[in-house]
Amino acid sequence: MPASRSLARGVAMVGAGMSKFGAFAEKNTRDLFVEAFKEMKKTVDKGFDPSIIEALYIGNFSSDQFEHQAHIAPLLTDAIGLAPRPATRVEDACASGGVALRQGVMMIASGMADVVLVGGAEKMTALNTAAVTEALATAADVPYEIPAGFTFPGFYAAMASAYMHQYGMTPEHLMNVAIKNHDNASLNPNAQFGVTIQKWMEGRVAAAIKKGKPAPTWSTIWDFLHDEAGNPTVAWPLRLFDCSPVSDGAAAVLLVAEERAHEFTDHPIHIIGSGQASDSALHDRPELTAIPAAKIASSKAYEMAGVTAKDIRIAEVHDCFTIAEVIASEDLGFFAPGEGFKAAEDGMTARNGSKPINTSGGLKAKGHPVGASGVAQAVEVWKQMRGQAEARQVEGDVSLALTHNVGATGSTCVVHVYERRK
Amino acid sequence: MSEETKVIRPFSAAAFDQYIAEHKLMAACCTRCGGVYAPPRAICPKCQSEEMEWIETSGKGKLVAFTVILSGPTFMIEQGFDRRNPYISGIVELEEGTRISARIKGIDPIKPTEIKIGTPLTVDFVEFGEGEKKKTYLAFKA
Repeated sequence: MPASRSLARGVAMVGAGMSKFGAFAEKNTRDLFVEAFKEMKKTVDKGFDPSIIEALYIGNFSSDQFEHQAHIAPLLTDAIGLAPRPATRVEDACASGGVALRQGVMMIASGMADVVLVGGAEKMTALNTAAVTEALATAADVPYEIPAGFTFPGFYAAMASAYMHQYGMTPEHLMNVAIKNHDNASLNPNAQFGVTIQKWMEGRVAAAIKKGKPAPTWSTIWDFLHDEAGNPTVAWPLRLFDCSPVSDGAAAVLLVAEERAHEFTDHPIHIIGSGQASDSALHDRPELTAIPAAKIASSKAYEMAGVTAKDIRIAEVHDCFTIAEVIASEDLGFFAPGEGFKAAEDGMTARNGSKPINTSGGLKAKGHPVGASGVAQAVEVWKQMRGQAEARQVEGDVSLALTHNVGATGSTCVVHVYERRK
Repeated sequence: MSEETKVIRPFSAAAFDQYIAEHKLMAACCTRCGGVYAPPRAICPKCQSEEMEWIETSGKGKLVAFTVILSGPTFMIEQGFDRRNPYISGIVELEEGTRISARIKGIDPIKPTEIKIGTPLTVDFVEFGEGEKKKTYLAFKA
């Protein structure tokens, strides 16, 4: 493995914004990206003239399949009035946004540009669920994994089966992750599912009564989560509430050369570590209870940043499924192998826990417009580190944070470490 | 016929699928380091050698991970699977050490908690469709 590298010059994030995530019949990728760009502009403390942006990297998994529109980067660039700047679409499945961020970091670190816009956008809800499932499945090893009948929930369910076998976890443990992430999303106005599971359940009961149907007899959220009528199994052991939704959304961050950050804000967030790794199809890995690419990407990011897992105050991790958050919390070194599900059960990953994870609500409840997710993670970190996360703000000093973005079953993983300096 | 004149099929998905259609689970074997790969590889990921040969696997292995899928892709729905008739997809480790994704048969998908990781399996082949549309899928049975 090649030796670790460092950034040739410092990179700072000086603006970060996102569209609302959800299902929006009337909005296409372009509309969502324009919304995210306008939100990002509002966050640049000293204001700025967008014409100083020199290049764009945009994470997008598959506008070709979802919207029948390929070559999306120049269109999005033109939509915000920035043609003829170089515009590049970055595709690494669900890690597209995080990898786009890394491209932006590298462009500035290399000296090729001082000001780069990184975006992520995906419009998924124009297709029905079966078609979305098949579009996402193209991120797998199509000739060798798909004929087995695997779906994406199925891949992560298989990882869960191996994890349960090795560590004695039960499907109930995974429900703690969904409960926490919905709780966090209930405090995030941009979230697709801005309700707790309790409120969701009460809504289902109220809807049944209104329709004159027999009201479900769930007395607690655990009754609801255990009931096939409330929380149907998708791919055992994963149920509906273990899965992130189909979403529309976009996010954007403004990266600048560190020495120019003061032109934009007195409170920049520095990106001090970046790591990325690739891997084979799921079946070809010696271990199924961890994502090796996440371990490699995070160790490289930590090394570049000169920090360790225990220094990280908060993390936004890739919880496309609840089991993925448990595994991420171990791969990143926050908890020992086999301890992640216990940490979630004990509340250690809650907002008031020792290692808050997915304060935004995560992919699970904030929503997962796949190409946007990696960039939206940076938006949450920006807010938390600057004390602007409102009702979901974690207590105390958030001087170091991390984002972890996974493509497919872990054939790609990209990790970034962020620092707020005094 | 000498070794040199034998037709060696490429280490491609098309060649692998053709073997599956012939009811053979074949692997690519690295002639330098002995690494065995099913699915096949044209370049050995362990030693980067490009000198591979096809070998027929024993077809015996064990279950290392699985799921019971209630909501499958269109081609599985066409084969009669749905919420009331779910199916098992799994990862199988062959005796030769390589791992592969496959359908799992001969185990009751209705009782997933009773499915044991480590269950011994043998290769099987599932055919669907008629004539030109016939496709053979890799499966393992308990």
